Amino acid sequence: MKCIVCVKQVPDTSGVVAVKEDGTMDRSKMPTITNHDDLAAVEAALELKDATGCEVVVVSMGPPPAEGMLRELLAMGADRAVLISGREFGGSDTYATSQIIAGAIHKIGVEPDDIVLCGRQAIDGDTAQVGPQIAEKLHLPQVSYAAEIKVEGNSVTVKRLLEDGYMMLKVNTPCLITCVKELNQPRYMSVPGIFECYQKPLEIFDYEALKDEPLIDPDTIGLKGSPTNVYKSFSPPVKGAGMMLEGADKATVDQLVGILDGKHLI
Amino acid sequence: MAEFNSKDTAAFKGVWVFCEQREGVIMSISYQLLSEGRKLANDLGVELCGVVLGSQVKEDYLKALGGYGADKVYYCDSPLLKDYTTDGYTKVLCDLIEDKKPEIFLIGATNLGRDLGPRCAARLHTGLTADCTHLDVDVAKYKEFLKTTSTIDVDNTAFEENTNLKMTRPAFGGHLMATIICPRFRPQMSTVRPGVMQTQPYDEAGAAKTVVEKVAVKLDKSDIGVEILEIKKAAKKMVDLIGADVVVSVGRGISKDPEKGLAMAQDLANALGGVLGCSRAVVDAGWLEADHQVGQTGKTVHPRIYVALGISGAIQHKAGMQDSECIIAVNKNADAPIFECASYGIVGDIFKVTPMLTEAIKAVKASK
Repeated sequence: MKCIVCVKQVPDTSGVVAVKEDGTMDRSKMPTITNHDDLAAVEAALELKDATGCEVVVVSMGPPPAEGMLRELLAMGADRAVLISGREFGGSDTYATSQIIAGAIHKIGVEPDDIVLCGRQAIDGDTAQVGPQIAEKLHLPQVSYAAEIKVEGNSVTVKRLLEDGYMMLKVNTPCLITCVKELNQPRYMSVPGIFECYQKPLEIFDYEALKDEPLIDPDTIGLKGSPTNVYKSFSPPVKGAGMMLEGADKATVDQLVGILDGKHLI
Repeated sequence: MAEFNSKDTAAFKGVWVFCEQREGVIMSISYQLLSEGRKLANDLGVELCGVVLGSQVKEDYLKALGGYGADKVYYCDSPLLKDYTTDGYTKVLCDLIEDKKPEIFLIGATNLGRDLGPRCAARLHTGLTADCTHLDVDVAKYKEFLKTTSTIDVDNTAFEENTNLKMTRPAFGGHLMATIICPRFRPQMSTVRPGVMQTQPYDEAGAAKTVVEKVAVKLDKSDIGVEILEIKKAAKKMVDLIGADVVVSVGRGISKDPEKGLAMAQDLANALGGVLGCSRAVVDAGWLEADHQVGQTGKTVHPRIYVALGISGAIQHKAGMQDSECIIAVNKNADAPIFECASYGIVGDIFKVTPMLTEAIKAVKASK
């Protein structure tokens, strides 16, 4: 049995966001982190490894520096890593991305007792689309929004979150599960893990390595091949119609409440 | 049935809305999407169809979709469709889409819609744009939209004339809006968060006119790879942010003392007769549950008063509250982007200003 975990390196938007002149995010100036939901997926796989001794393979698509993140995941306890990286893959939308990742997972090989784990969504795009799209391409049953996972033999029970409650679902392996960060508390890298992580195998899948995969159609990957394209991008106008009040004391607050009262808002 | 080819764009016609039901009741997001879909269908001069999957859904509920603009309702009935399963719903929907070929397909971005949409798009071989905040087909209307929502010099910019669905959403980490198209494949698919689109008034005549077509469902238990063991509703009452008259939201600014910050915001909300909202950072930190979140990935609200306490105002947050009637922002950073959309701004410490504001409001209310 093995767990294949899909992870994405994302800009850390919790701190200061660097912006280029054209309004786009300047990723090169921002620290990167492993996407939170994806870390929960890694932890779920490592817990399964603790319990069953299964192999954990971490897979990421991104530019070469994403190797650093994969080494960290190896230091947490993953057994091997695959980095999907190539110019041809750049600019892919979710359809193209999931097709490429599905091709890579197919190349790694999905056995009958395997589980593919993903994060529910990445904080830079928030689409939550790539996980289900990988599942469809691999013809695997999927469960998204997993907040609890129990594995017994080839049967997996998942607590799937709804807006106002949850569903308990049962699915057989092989399957794909997308995890929410509430699932667990990811472990830290261990000191021996950090020493070992550079000895563990890390393979690079570039375009050459994947182009003959049956799941990949070279015409529908990358910026050109992606089904969706940007028609226009724009910055919202600065409204600036508002009124900044002087000070921040009782007089200020009374002034504000006076205005609201005058407008019959309270 | 002819071979389905998503690249044969000319073969696709009509606007469809997936009308999600839970426990036999149509969810309100369906009415919002039908109202929006009606405009698109009018601009294109095509039919608007609602699609319902379920088991023994009441005829009245199906007819009512016509009251929100549907010319036709496709109803797929099977005991296997009573509750949502990815496999069952994807198969039945994709079979119907491959047969009838709609050019636009809108899905509500509920937890289930966000599971269904990508699975269908991948099967149909087409694009899907998540969490759209604005939709257009007509370029002239799109330009009008840009005039009030962008810094583009619309009259001196070239626009490619086409009737592709123009799907607008915040992008690139939230400092830019992007309008996405899916020019080479059909259907053009888009998910929209609940509360983003406005429901049009119910039209009796439309409901009477609408045609409900029952679709023969080809679905076997063996098609469904996931078994539902139990569905449980939370005992806790969900916050009704979308229907709220007043929303008091907190952001990262409460991090100094989250417990105190939440308590004082709740006090202010109580004084104003409102509910407690928050930015994504607060949910990420675990201080409040996700049903309180306002923004692109949370809820979109249009209250009479929106108070933003210690919220910097990322574009994703603004996307969820900027249409509020009166926005009051308190932030210690004078450069916080939230002030750009605020009706009234106070630069100061929320831990000091908020309790004073609560007292002042209580005093005014008591004097009435």
